[in-house]
Amino acid sequence: MFYAAAIAILITMALALARALLGPTVYDRVLAVNMFGTKTVLLLTVVAFLYGRPDFLDLALTYALINFIGVLAVLEFIQNHGLRQRGQDTGGGRP
Amino acid sequence: MIVDVFSMLLLIGGGAFVFIGGLGALRMPDFYTRLHAASLTDSMGMILVLSGVVLQAGFSLATLKLLVIFVFLMLTSPTATYALANAAHLAGLAPRLGGSDDTGAE
Repeated sequence: MFYAAAIAILITMALALARALLGPTVYDRVLAVNMFGTKTVLLLTVVAFLYGRPDFLDLALTYALINFIGVLAVLEFIQNHGLRQRGQDTGGGRP
Repeated sequence: MIVDVFSMLLLIGGGAFVFIGGLGALRMPDFYTRLHAASLTDSMGMILVLSGVVLQAGFSLATLKLLVIFVFLMLTSPTATYALANAAHLAGLAPRLGGSDDTGAE
């Protein structure tokens, strides 16, 4: 049963990776990467019990922290980048 | 024995939810619908998978770590989804209204 959950999570990670590669907007890619990170936490949790190594739970916890902070940082960067781009367009194109 | 059966049901249900979420995130026609599919089934699949693993873990330190992971994911996953939708909305990404367009509708 751990195998079934692990295989389902692996297939979902592949689907999220496909969405990240062919997403039309940058927000689709960020969504796919966020989903990939959450599925990585789940996969680490399942693998910890699949192989009988509870140390992997610490890795899962750390990955959850890093994933959340990373997604928020990328979103902040994209927002500032968009604002800067818009300011340059209105400032330079139409004086 | 009964705990094993419950754990198996929870793990298989969680795997099904996770897979449906991934399929929705790949196949939905719009960004906001993709966000909806991904976030809803993401949190539900996470709850089911972690519950199944907790039933297998018994009463130990691993259960405490699993509960910490559970609480943290329940706090951060909706926050990340909200931040993503808010950023897309503020950037002017309009939701697709009406079904006349044929992008991804097949």
